[in-house]
Amino acid sequence: MPLLEMDRVTCVFGGLRAVSGVSLHLNQGELVGLIGPNGAGKTTIFNLLTGVYAPSEGRIQFDGESLVGRAPWRINKAGIARTFQNIRLFSDMTVLDNVKIAYHNHVRHGVFSSILRLPNHFRGEREIEDKAMAFLSIFHLEGKKDEMAKNLPYGEQRRLEIARALATQPRLLLLDEPAAGMNPQETRELMELIRFIRERFSLTILLIEHDMSLVMGICERIYVLDHGTVIAQGTPEEIRSNPKVIEAYLGEVTS
Amino acid sequence: MTTFIQQLINGLSVGSIYALIALGYTMVYGIIKLINFAHGDVFMAGAFVAYFSYTGLHLGFFGSLVVSMAACAVLGVVIERFAYRPLRKSTRIAALITAIGVSLFLENAGIITVGAQARGYPNMLPDTAFNLGGVTVSTKQIGIIALTVVMMVILQYIVHRTKIGKAMRAVAYDPEAAQLMGIDVDRTISFTFAIGSALAAAAGVVYGAYYSAIDPLMGIMPGLKAFIAAVLGGIGIIPGAMVGGLVLGLIETLVQSLGFSLWRDAVAFALLILILLIKPEGLFGKHAREKV
Amino acid sequence: MTGMNANGRAAKSSRWTFWVWIAAGLVLYAVLGLLIDSGVIDSYMSLIVYQMCLNVILAVSLNLINGFTGQFSIGHAGFAGVGAYTSAVMTAKMHLPFPAALLVACVFTAFIGLLIGIPTLRLKGDYLAITTLGFGQIIQVVLINLQYVGGAAGMTVHKETNFTWLYFAALITVAVIANFVRSRHGRACIAVRENEVAAEMMGINVTYYKVLAFTIGALFAGLAGALAAHTFYFIKPTSYGFLQSFNILVIVVLGGLGSITGSILGAVVLTLITALLQDYPQWQMVIYSLILILIMIFRPQGLMGTKEFRLSSIGLGRRRDGHAAP
Repeated sequence: MPLLEMDRVTCVFGGLRAVSGVSLHLNQGELVGLIGPNGAGKTTIFNLLTGVYAPSEGRIQFDGESLVGRAPWRINKAGIARTFQNIRLFSDMTVLDNVKIAYHNHVRHGVFSSILRLPNHFRGEREIEDKAMAFLSIFHLEGKKDEMAKNLPYGEQRRLEIARALATQPRLLLLDEPAAGMNPQETRELMELIRFIRERFSLTILLIEHDMSLVMGICERIYVLDHGTVIAQGTPEEIRSNPKVIEAYLGEVTS
Repeated sequence: MTTFIQQLINGLSVGSIYALIALGYTMVYGIIKLINFAHGDVFMAGAFVAYFSYTGLHLGFFGSLVVSMAACAVLGVVIERFAYRPLRKSTRIAALITAIGVSLFLENAGIITVGAQARGYPNMLPDTAFNLGGVTVSTKQIGIIALTVVMMVILQYIVHRTKIGKAMRAVAYDPEAAQLMGIDVDRTISFTFAIGSALAAAAGVVYGAYYSAIDPLMGIMPGLKAFIAAVLGGIGIIPGAMVGGLVLGLIETLVQSLGFSLWRDAVAFALLILILLIKPEGLFGKHAREKV
Repeated sequence: MTGMNANGRAAKSSRWTFWVWIAAGLVLYAVLGLLIDSGVIDSYMSLIVYQMCLNVILAVSLNLINGFTGQFSIGHAGFAGVGAYTSAVMTAKMHLPFPAALLVACVFTAFIGLLIGIPTLRLKGDYLAITTLGFGQIIQVVLINLQYVGGAAGMTVHKETNFTWLYFAALITVAVIANFVRSRHGRACIAVRENEVAAEMMGINVTYYKVLAFTIGALFAGLAGALAAHTFYFIKPTSYGFLQSFNILVIVVLGGLGSITGSILGAVVLTLITALLQDYPQWQMVIYSLILILIMIFRPQGLMGTKEFRLSSIGLGRRRDGHAAP
């Protein structure tokens, strides 16, 4: 059984079919790319998977359970995390606190424990702090832990966003254009990072990306989206030679 | 039946005042996405300018109206230039807090300069009552409704037929694109404030003539009500503000005629909350979703 | 691992700093109490001190909603009104002892906050602001129309409080909200303020935390209202309108949205300004509004920004590694 399955999902906004009858699946441990021209509906698919939008039709199953109608925070608890096309860090919080947020649901101490400073508050907070610190060091950000997130250089902001998403301990990670705005050197480092976290956390990853070298370089399978529908799928080699894909991209260039 | 028609006419008169104020709210919101809290106080300033032009300078009704509209247009532009423009890049909440600050400033500066007590408004409009089959209509009421309709027509003409109107619509739609198309965004925003404030001034004059008394805090309630009217019609939509104002005027008159006048303000706010919760885009608005 | 050691130290030090702050609070209490008892702070000045305590409660609780959780409420005085009237009914009509009345007032105001918060907190930014303003107005209109509590004329209650009541109420408010803010719950609230969508995707139940912050804020506003009613022993609906909400907002903005020590500082400063200008109320409002506009234009983060005054910044306390301030 695939880990994630979208079955004929349609999403309509006021007459506009942003996503139309899309079916796709991800098997446990796969790294899959989602590409397509601007406005093809890629981010909408992420928003559907994470509960930001509700599908008008169709099923979405994660690990055998339906995600339709679930709130985003419940979907995260179920094991899906994501990053955003336009980075959405908690800018006025420190790097450490950004990661600490991810452990919110991993400790139990309640509001009263915290207000009365009961022992389990200190235990819980310490656990969060230790875990977050350990996590920051994996991403080589421990030296910047007290820095405000907004003050990090762009590449590190991307890295922090991925770290933060991973700290929620997801099984499926959705990356929305992680290489956007990066130079070739940074993109290569990002590729390494993606390979590394995939091994280390035995993740399944769905990746939206415009940078073809990155997508073709690391993805095992690719879905191509155009005008809200899947127009092709297959291995990087198959996609490269698919006439429909070439047309969709050339169409974008000429229009 | 006659009572109903009577209330209808009373409601339309009050509603016209709300509509005139609501137009300014909605235009400003449409263009810079700011709830201009000070708008109700510009309305107050308009009433006072006309009061002094009429009693001190003997300019007559139309002369006072024009002077007051011109003065408030300048006031609106000044407020935008010095209080709101520096904040255009900051958060909307910062701009909202500033608007509240400007509002309180105008109210209390008003108290300091003209005193807190209410003063009688001169009878600027002829006040003859006609009796049409049991329904009393005064020339004041006819004047108010006629004035509102005229203002509305002029506004529609400006927004849809003139170059500056096109610029206003373009900036409201997408300020950055408008700028790239060579539109002077700052000037367009100033112009929007000028028009909106002039309309508020007209409403202030009309209000004074209708209720025969003005004071520096008179703008608070009508300002808030006009905001409700703008939301009711769909904020940012000009005809929506007009309809929203009239509807709110009618509802209030209805509540009052049913003997619940003490609850009138509560009903208006309850209406606001209901709209925001059920149909925040208003009667005429389109639903916009946040981009993620 | 060195990281572990540093963290251990941070946790211990945050446990320690909490008690230092409490001790400092008690010392301040003793000093102020002594000055009041000995007459150095005369009865007029002690009223100013009372008002400071009340403003601290109102400002810190509003800051939790506006500053930390980023939900813009401008109807806070309405909650104070609910607390004032509830407690007044309890003592003057039901003849309940004052502490019980205080408790009922807090719980009931929190309940009203919950009731208002659940539907309205779906709204954002200026729409939420205008809705809270609307609710504040509705509460006022309801009070005016309730003849049972004297309608527009207001009602008289007994004086039940003294400096100790007000001071400890303020101290408890600050301690509770500071402890809340510096926990995973407070972090969740701040994350909601920073980026709602991202917070939700990190597994934060955004609605829960918005409503929680709103309810806690309302509870303490109710406390302040109840205490004020039994300090100045006369209440009327117009004391809980938009202008009063605005005053609290000015304190919070002046001190810095998201800074508790900022709110305390703001409350002290603005209470003094109010007292100095009390014979010229309109000048007071002109100055308030100018302060507000100028802060927004030139220092939108307020006096303290989101920073806190820390013990370490005056040489007290150890240098800390963690972020759990103060």
